[in-house]
Amino acid sequence: MAEPDLRVNLGGIKLQTPILAASGPYGSGLEYPKMAPCGALGAIIVKGISVDPWLGNPPPRLVETASGLLNSIGLQNPGLKFFVDHDLPALRKLGPKIIVNIIGRTVEEYAAVASELNGLPGVDGLEVNISCPNLKAGGMAFGTNPALTAEVVKAVRAKTVLPLLVKLTPNVTDIALIAKTAEEAGADVISLINTLSGMLIDIEKVEPVLGNAFGGLSGPAIMPVALKMVWQVAETVSVPILGMGGITSAEDALQFIMAGARAVALGSGLFYDPALPDKVKKGIAGYLQRRGISSLSLIEGSARKGDTNNEPC
Amino acid sequence: MRLLEALNRVSLGQYTLLEKEIIGSQYCRLVFLAPSVAGAAQPGQFVMIYPPNAGVQKILPRPFSIFAADRETGQLTVFFRIIGTGTALLSLSEPGTELKIMGPLGKGFPVPPAGSLLVAGGIGMAPLVFLAASVKVELNFIYGVANSEQFSCPLDYINQPNLVLHEVTEDGSRGELGSAVDLFRRLLPRAEAVFACGPRTMLEIVARDCLDSGVAAWVSLEERMACGIGACRGCAVMTKNGYQRVCSDGPVFPVEEVFFHGRT
Repeated sequence: MAEPDLRVNLGGIKLQTPILAASGPYGSGLEYPKMAPCGALGAIIVKGISVDPWLGNPPPRLVETASGLLNSIGLQNPGLKFFVDHDLPALRKLGPKIIVNIIGRTVEEYAAVASELNGLPGVDGLEVNISCPNLKAGGMAFGTNPALTAEVVKAVRAKTVLPLLVKLTPNVTDIALIAKTAEEAGADVISLINTLSGMLIDIEKVEPVLGNAFGGLSGPAIMPVALKMVWQVAETVSVPILGMGGITSAEDALQFIMAGARAVALGSGLFYDPALPDKVKKGIAGYLQRRGISSLSLIEGSARKGDTNNEPC
Repeated sequence: MRLLEALNRVSLGQYTLLEKEIIGSQYCRLVFLAPSVAGAAQPGQFVMIYPPNAGVQKILPRPFSIFAADRETGQLTVFFRIIGTGTALLSLSEPGTELKIMGPLGKGFPVPPAGSLLVAGGIGMAPLVFLAASVKVELNFIYGVANSEQFSCPLDYINQPNLVLHEVTEDGSRGELGSAVDLFRRLLPRAEAVFACGPRTMLEIVARDCLDSGVAAWVSLEERMACGIGACRGCAVMTKNGYQRVCSDGPVFPVEEVFFHGRT
């Protein structure tokens, strides 16, 4: 049979493949393509951009864990102006669509970044990282509270006509509630999951390993958690889902699609294998071909089979 | 720009392990046939080696200073201390197997002038041995370790005609009794420039004394890394220009950049 059709429409962004580079590990988007071709990527999600540069957290900033990676980079980024002047012109030439992850300490900061990026040539979509602490709410992460989630998503929505992804934190009691809130506030796509909160202690130094004490856990260790949350959110929202969390193979990626994701993003998996996007693309195509399935879209949510009444354990 | 230039010569590939030597209970030397890496390697640069049979259990490559690189034979050597599961896995690899390597990475040392002083603490000798081997000018090389068992580097790598080796152990079991810092302080007045790699406390003293006496000095820093190519910002170190990446802005820094007020 002919090559299976891997194209997907992610909330208005037309992607050649359902494989994205997740915000964070892929950096500015300009480092990895020098090491491994980025042609298998449908889109690159640029590491979080804030109005002003953010310094990031004190080192050590990362440590490997059992099948995972704990990091406290602290959203270090060169700020909006540097991004627009230096990175964006080069990103436009790469090929994949460019989605900019945006961050802020206040609702106004998020809105300001969204406003500046709206209509800029080369920006195909925005992803709002709502895991940032809200300075005006005692440092509570926007994404852990439905009211704060609605507030920040509405503020960004008002400033942009670009397709809007909202990236959820898994560190909540009810991820479906936050997802529904984000959808109602104007999200075109729900991205999930961000990292799981965690820490490690150095028993020789008798202090936390990370300079920031707490960090975010990613990697294969969190994949089943992420997959279940994608499943739950797919039950709740009608907008497409971008699934991520510990994907290191085409088999992992297919599970996210079958759970209800339209597309998947690769994060820490890139560290062990910079050529992972190409392998995932080939693996997905091979799976579809072997089963005589002409298009990836035919298996979106296919594992659900109408089963919507699972016990919440 | 510096990063772009460096990355242009970087390769990512599978390379055959030619030789493995376990030295004492803690050290390992691996020699690879990796012509494209060895051919481009500059002293002070590093490689990322991906632990074998991993990818799920261990998800990160490990950074190693380049210990030796031979353009003619295409051989690349790393020398490391077996200190965690990543290095333990690598030390179990047998010659003949292929391992994934990315490199050479980062910014290396400038060319040392005649009369330079190289200060190596422990396994910090690795990049300095490569530096010493890359020039013909006269150098002093301090190699300080805790005890003779940690004197891991085979002498045939260090014994070059251009180099005066000063061995020092903290328990006096080999070479002079004392620390690398004691010797460094004695030799600093005659040093044209200083190149150092070792424990952070040693580097702090070396940096402070060099800054006080106006001797140009460079240090190679170490930090945990994930990507190795400047993308993830995981290996940040505080400098007078804010956080810089050890992997791509370093690992070699001039001391005045990283020890600007006695901290890193």
